[in-house]
Amino acid sequence: MRIAEWGEDRPAERKGTESSGTPRRRPCCRRTRGAGGPERDDVGRRGDAPRLRPRPERPAGCGRATVRRLLSTSQSSVDPKEMRKFQLLAHRWWDEQGEYSALHSMNDIRVPFIRDTVLNMGSAYQRGSPLSGVKILDVGCGGGLLSEPLGRLGASVTGIDPLEENIRAADQHKSFDPVLAKRIQYKCGSLEEIVEESVETFDVIVASEVVEHVADLEMFIKCCSQVLKPGGSLFITTINKTQLSYILGIVVAEKIAGIVPEGTHEWEKFVPPEELERLLEANSCSVKTVNGMLYNPLTGSWSWIESTSINYALHAVKSGDQAQTSQTEPLSEMESEQCSATAGTSV
Amino acid sequence: MAAACGRGLLAPLGGRLRACPRASLRSLTSAAPLYDVVVSGGGMVGSAMAAALGHDIHFHDKKIALLEAGPRKEYHLPESYSNRVSSISPGSATLLSSFGAWDHVCNLRCKPFRRMQVWDACSEAIITFEKDDLDDMGYIVENDVVMSAVTKQLDAVADRVEVFYGSRAVGYTWPLPSHSCDTSPWVQVELADGRRLQTKLLIGADGHNSVVRKEAEIQNIEHQYDQSAVVATLHLSEATDNNVAWQRFLPTGPIALLPLSDTASSLVWSTSHEHASELLTMDKESFVDSINSAFWSNVNHSDFIDAAGAMFRSALSLLKPSGTAVRQLPPSVANVDPESRAVFPLGMGHATEYVRHRVALIGDAAHRVHPLAGQGVNLGFGDIACLTHHLSAAAFNGQDLGSLKHLLRFETERQRHNVSLIAAIDLLKRLYSTSLSPLVLLRTWGLQATNALPPVKFFFLLKHTFIRPVHDANAILWNKKW
Repeated sequence: MRIAEWGEDRPAERKGTESSGTPRRRPCCRRTRGAGGPERDDVGRRGDAPRLRPRPERPAGCGRATVRRLLSTSQSSVDPKEMRKFQLLAHRWWDEQGEYSALHSMNDIRVPFIRDTVLNMGSAYQRGSPLSGVKILDVGCGGGLLSEPLGRLGASVTGIDPLEENIRAADQHKSFDPVLAKRIQYKCGSLEEIVEESVETFDVIVASEVVEHVADLEMFIKCCSQVLKPGGSLFITTINKTQLSYILGIVVAEKIAGIVPEGTHEWEKFVPPEELERLLEANSCSVKTVNGMLYNPLTGSWSWIESTSINYALHAVKSGDQAQTSQTEPLSEMESEQCSATAGTSV
Repeated sequence: MAAACGRGLLAPLGGRLRACPRASLRSLTSAAPLYDVVVSGGGMVGSAMAAALGHDIHFHDKKIALLEAGPRKEYHLPESYSNRVSSISPGSATLLSSFGAWDHVCNLRCKPFRRMQVWDACSEAIITFEKDDLDDMGYIVENDVVMSAVTKQLDAVADRVEVFYGSRAVGYTWPLPSHSCDTSPWVQVELADGRRLQTKLLIGADGHNSVVRKEAEIQNIEHQYDQSAVVATLHLSEATDNNVAWQRFLPTGPIALLPLSDTASSLVWSTSHEHASELLTMDKESFVDSINSAFWSNVNHSDFIDAAGAMFRSALSLLKPSGTAVRQLPPSVANVDPESRAVFPLGMGHATEYVRHRVALIGDAAHRVHPLAGQGVNLGFGDIACLTHHLSAAAFNGQDLGSLKHLLRFETERQRHNVSLIAAIDLLKRLYSTSLSPLVLLRTWGLQATNALPPVKFFFLLKHTFIRPVHDANAILWNKKW
């Protein structure tokens, strides 16, 4: 099955080992988790960002098909290592003084940010329910910490998370409040899985403290853009990749002050706002606002700051112009042609 | 699961979880209706709290319940005045007008006063309060009138606020602070007739013997004064421009005359228990004589104090020629309304905590003061203004209404304001309960100095009577940030 990856490359070797009698060691440690078709081999080793690696014995014409199939396979932006980190703390989501206390207090600034931005974009304000009629997708919702306040403000929220335990915790927490139970739906799975059935369904997508845990950021942004209605808003909060964010976000926050459980973040996966902007622009989303955020561990509260060196929040709007969305297609064609062009040169 | 529950119960003392006792592990009774806020206690403060929330824009789609043990009273303005009146500060008036009740009060009956004269029985020292532009300093309103006005505004939002008359709460079940188990995260309220309610936030407004406070096992610092208050409705000898509130500190306790109309005033006389029962039982003429002599007699003066006071006054007049005031005499009383004499005991109380997870205390449930400063109900209205502001902001942020985060902010603000005032009132009460010369001298000079130096007096007046309540109420009115 997956051994075909090795078998195809070196048929001679395989025959050789078999005849000599030594059992061929199956490269089980190189397998990736989860099901998938043969194309899954391209996804590579666990923990690695999947790359469009050239496949030696593939005809050139199948390049684009490869790319397309890659987008629709499951869990390709989900990193299993990250999932394991959160699995251990799945029951701690709703303890406001526990490991997730910083996320709880982040609601004090991210909910007003989302609410006010959406209100300013001109939907009719209904007394008591400022977000009434707005369809929101909360990607990486975890235990539902952000979904619930948005639901209370009147929005119809769909929360998705790849971890079953998180969805269970979220479902259980909302079940006691009949209003929330109706307004919020939780689904277990990754963004890619819902792309096909939810093209251009959501008014707002919120990906808060998620992109620094994602395996393939490009794919993630692309899927967000596909699922968002034209003119819809995308809100992302994440951590910048700077020296300061290493010192404060990893050393101080994890090792010294214990604000975040150790090992939660990897500095390599932090995303600078420039890169995020680049990816968003490539997917016809224009960035409207970038604000820096700062956590004060003494008061346990967040505030807005000028500098985006550590944490930041970003608001982007998907362009409503249909012509722009078709520009992305020629790009992927070029990419795949490049792949197949180099295919012949590598061994 | 069980481990997580245990961890929730054994929360570290450093953490501000403030778990209520007897966290029951009963399974969820899904049949009980769920409310966003339940206010327990339908007095002036409880009803006003429910009305303020009901009229708040961010509570438009929320469900509020008000529990009142008594029956619904239809109010028809009687000819005679009720003997229970309150001094409503301008800040409280602003709060009442924020949900439309003040107009009803003015249409029914209320008496504004422009000046307040407070003086000592043991010396010539007096202090007068008045606003420079002759605005109203406060209003004397019968409690029934306030209740009627607030009830009318509650009826106006009946779709959001459900009032349960004849419903006494007999039991409360508190949730675990860190909800990770299968139990309901809401407060369960059990009524006397067996009905149950669930709520995300319980507000205790059930008076100084608060059941909510007792069930939550919140410690209450309380002290019964050795005084009772005698109230009555009095008729003046002659009609006058009755817009001054009079209060004289007798050694047995302060006696106050609050204007109700040009011919009537309300009496609040705090005195010893024995004297109070005497006053209650004596005949009308003797009663009226006691009142007049209490205000007019100089029997408690001593030459020493008078001389010392006069010397201080002349010293002050060098610094500030206009700073000394002439003592005026209150109008004389001719008659007392029959059946209007009543007595009630006085005490002081302050809850060490105003809030717990999903619980908040307001009004007399949180603090009880001596009536000498006329601040009792105003403190309660100040609590309402502050709590409504914080709950409104929390609702607009989609937060869980019972979350300690904003409840603690309410508690800090109100305790900061209330504790100093309650301590000051208690101190005044003790200071003026004696005729010992040193203390009389101290308070005489203190009073004279405060009267003569406008910034001190003005600041004192402003801070305690006007600024905070007006600020609080304005914030609600205009939804400003603090």
